[in-house]
Amino acid sequence: MSAEQLRSLLQNSFTEKEKPEGLTIIMQWEVVIGLEIHVQLSTKSKIFSGASTAYGAEPNTQACTVDLGLPGVLPVFNGEALYKSVMFGLAVGAQINERSVFDRKNYFYPDSPKAYQISQLYYPIVGEGHIDIDLEDGSQKRIGVTRAHMEEDAGKSLHENFQNQTGIDLNRAGTPLLEIVSEPDMRSAKEAVAYMRKIHSIVRYLGISDGNMQEGSFRCDANVSLRPKGQEELGLRAELKNINSFRFVEKAINVEIERQMDILEGGGTVIQETRLYDSEKNETRSMRSKEEANDYRYFPDPDLLPIVISVEEIEAIKQALPELPDARCSRYIEQLGLSEKDAKALTVDRDMAEYFEQVQQSISDAKMAANWLLGDVSAMNNKNGLEFKDCPVNAQQLTGLLKRIKDNTISGKIAKEIFEAIYSGEGTGDEADADTIIEKKGLKQITDTVAIEAIIDEVINNNPGQVAEFLSGKDKLVGFFVGQVMKASKGKANPGQVNQLLMKKLKP
Amino acid sequence: MSKLDKSDVEKIAFLARLGVDKQDIPEYVTNLSNILDMVEQLDSVDTEGVKPMAHPLDAVQRLRADEVTEVNDRENLQAHAPETADGLYLVPKVID
Amino acid sequence: MYNKTIAELSAGLKAGEFSSVELTQTYLDRIKTLNEQLNCFITVTPEIALEQAKEADAQRASGHAGLLNGIPLSQKDIFCTKGVKTSCGSKMLEPFISPYDATTITKFNDSGAVMLGKTNMDEFAMGSSNETSWYGPVKNPWNLDAVPGGSSGGSAAAVAARLTPAATGTDTGGSIRQPASFCGITGLKPTYGRVSRYGMIAFASSLDQAGPMTRTAEDAALMLNVMAGFDQRDSTSIDRAVPDYSTDLNDSLDGLKIGLPKEFFAEGLDDEVAKVIESAVKEYEKMGAVIKEISLPTSHLAVPTYYIIAPSECSSNLSRMDGVRYGYRCDDPKDLNDLYIRSRGEGFGTEVKRRILVGTYALSEGFYDAYYVKAQKTRRLISNDFNRAFEQVDVIMGPAAPSTAFNIGELTDDPITMYLSDIYTIAVNLAGLPGMSIPAGFANNMPVGLQLIGKHFAESKLLNAAHQFQKQTDWHLKTPDLFK
Repeated sequence: MSAEQLRSLLQNSFTEKEKPEGLTIIMQWEVVIGLEIHVQLSTKSKIFSGASTAYGAEPNTQACTVDLGLPGVLPVFNGEALYKSVMFGLAVGAQINERSVFDRKNYFYPDSPKAYQISQLYYPIVGEGHIDIDLEDGSQKRIGVTRAHMEEDAGKSLHENFQNQTGIDLNRAGTPLLEIVSEPDMRSAKEAVAYMRKIHSIVRYLGISDGNMQEGSFRCDANVSLRPKGQEELGLRAELKNINSFRFVEKAINVEIERQMDILEGGGTVIQETRLYDSEKNETRSMRSKEEANDYRYFPDPDLLPIVISVEEIEAIKQALPELPDARCSRYIEQLGLSEKDAKALTVDRDMAEYFEQVQQSISDAKMAANWLLGDVSAMNNKNGLEFKDCPVNAQQLTGLLKRIKDNTISGKIAKEIFEAIYSGEGTGDEADADTIIEKKGLKQITDTVAIEAIIDEVINNNPGQVAEFLSGKDKLVGFFVGQVMKASKGKANPGQVNQLLMKKLKP
Repeated sequence: MSKLDKSDVEKIAFLARLGVDKQDIPEYVTNLSNILDMVEQLDSVDTEGVKPMAHPLDAVQRLRADEVTEVNDRENLQAHAPETADGLYLVPKVID
Repeated sequence: MYNKTIAELSAGLKAGEFSSVELTQTYLDRIKTLNEQLNCFITVTPEIALEQAKEADAQRASGHAGLLNGIPLSQKDIFCTKGVKTSCGSKMLEPFISPYDATTITKFNDSGAVMLGKTNMDEFAMGSSNETSWYGPVKNPWNLDAVPGGSSGGSAAAVAARLTPAATGTDTGGSIRQPASFCGITGLKPTYGRVSRYGMIAFASSLDQAGPMTRTAEDAALMLNVMAGFDQRDSTSIDRAVPDYSTDLNDSLDGLKIGLPKEFFAEGLDDEVAKVIESAVKEYEKMGAVIKEISLPTSHLAVPTYYIIAPSECSSNLSRMDGVRYGYRCDDPKDLNDLYIRSRGEGFGTEVKRRILVGTYALSEGFYDAYYVKAQKTRRLISNDFNRAFEQVDVIMGPAAPSTAFNIGELTDDPITMYLSDIYTIAVNLAGLPGMSIPAGFANNMPVGLQLIGKHFAESKLLNAAHQFQKQTDWHLKTPDLFK
């Protein structure tokens, strides 16, 4: 990582409190970040029980005897969690371990009903792999995936509503997780976010997780440390726990970098500990209470047997893998002639890419489809804080709209209006298609020469002064006339025709 | 010779969240030390190259089909719970 | 009636000599009058029993009698029984009314069996004398000052005293065979994975196995026919066809190769017990068996290996007893750790605490390899010994315990000596083999058990060998004077 990158990264943090003299010192430190990402695997039932994993049920209505850790109950492993984990491993070019083992991680906490979590320490299902992330300067960087292992999620503690007590909901307990551990290869918060986005993109493409961060299906712990530039040995790290959005990951890491730098600059040492990011205060704070005796006493779970998967089974899963973002990006560039920038932007989010493909195939115009998706559709989604999968205008509706641009029924400008109308809920069901709205609002483009000429005549008659100026050589005024004609036609006149006919009338 | 002392036993007891009466600790120290002495016999056994045996039979894990087979049984399951409210199990306030 | 075996009772029920309700009432009456002396039961369930007996009679009348139709049985209190207290001998689970049935219980229910009650046991099955039960010690029917053995002491004493025709036990290091030996009954620990562990409260998951405790080998076969089988709720249960264990009972033992491990007859074995075992072996010779001395050179490692593996697994298995979702909870916990520490401190007894502490220590950072992994390796050595021995012999025999039943209180201050009372049984659990104890005679006026050990899944062979012995001898028919 270059000093420039580090500086630009840290400058963001310093916009609020100016600290320019710090910047010269900052360059002596190198930031080292490793991420542990917890991905909930999208199975119907839990990893070791037949209880439902559906989100949002009434407390403890999806916590069966096994999830509650009742005396005498035993875990039985859900094969779907294995297949989905193997898919991930193959997607990041990792070694799949034909034999893996579940271990118990022992610790007392009320959201952990057995007082141990079933996880994989010694023999994880997925070994070393890697992914490539895109840096801001357009270059790529390879980030190592150390391992990925299967484990069960914990329940939830609810601190509100009860005086001096905490309520425990174990519906989430036993939901399958894949914990993906990276190498400490990232050198800035931006790189960490790029890595996290890439992993998110991969699991969504694979369909192994819904990746829903609000619901906690995709969460991240970040290990952050600093070391003097040039030093090989890693500095003491802080582990930032349970960060559940891309934005917070970047902010949390940056404030943590700042905190550690302040300590190191002041001659102090960083304590190796777990810290919690408080997004409201934008600060991290120590969680030492959870740390007091973290001797997890891992040992192989005697209630479960070794998980064995054959080379043939692994190969079959590999053959059935869906197209991944990198491959899809290359295809868009090579086969659809899109720019690298557009192709990348379209393929990060699987939902967006899939939307794009539907539109593109229907209108046979990749460029137009790309422009609309990356332009108006993305803009509206951003404005409304919506993900692509929640976009209120579906691919079919957009296709209907774009077809009318292509056949000159409407102009691009009108199309935007119609798009916004459908987006904001105008027309429902069958009524919400472009043709119905064009028809209802009379937005059909005017391509009739006679009609356009009539409007032009009116504009010329109403603006004698501008006509005189134009004729005396002020060519720029042509824009004014076009604008007036379009306005008089309520945007419906075909702009190309307007231009052509105007010139004929003004300079016969 | 005692392998463990009082503070070891206290540390282990905390790890296991196990209340042990103060006056019983010396006895635990002795008992535990004797047990550890006994198991020490294993130290002298040559186990070079021996594969650890986690299970009596060389079986492998069976895979369950991904199906929801359990229904909501909260009322029955919470009937004898020490303390619940609004379907939640209650514990003293947890501070993160 | 109470002196009959399951086989005889089944015949009587079938012939209409008596109904299950009558039979059940007979045993309930006996329990009512005699249990107080013995303390065999933690819970007696007369309503359930009579209800089930009525149902069984109705089923028989309609021609749908299951394998154990109408037979009263007692269940070790380690098996979860829906709607009934399942305490596992502990104060910790005193308030635990199980919301579900263990697979074994379901199977007995489906077979038409009747549950008389839940038997006393060492707390969480940790003990060899039944003295660690929170519900007080069980007395040995042959001598009320002596222990019945453990941990399935309540079941063993109840069968011996004819308070139940048969009972279930569980065996982690000898907990079926040692009390069977001490009480003069027949006990079978099947191959690991043969009987489902679902709903059987775990002590040491890689060692625990449930089995029948009966008067005779023939009855043990009838019980095992119901208990054995694959269970999709138990990942460690084995998907393998279950034979009819009654079929081979009458096979000839002519040419049967019996191995006597010289290590089982070395120092530490009571002389009188040794004599009983030797004469039992002679009985087998008379039946045409070939006796061969063998060696299990690592058998001295069994106890130390076991006392790492079992406590390690139990320390983790019992962590779920935390006072949050079920079971005992201390009064007015100050904070979360106080809730855990006091609920567990008050809920568990001394022996359980001792093992949790040992296990916690053995698994802790810096010791895991030296203790746990090392023990897993010596476990393999022990298992390999048996594999080699079974290349030469069909069945291994020896004493089930080094002595007859000791007196209550005699060994409570000496855990190590207590642990050594399982010296001949523990290795069998480590290797996952089937093992039996059958009455072989008396030493010092107390019963002595002969242990039979078979290859994996060779239960039929063991039952055959045991049954043939019981056809030649009448030790298994002896009833303690106080309970005649």
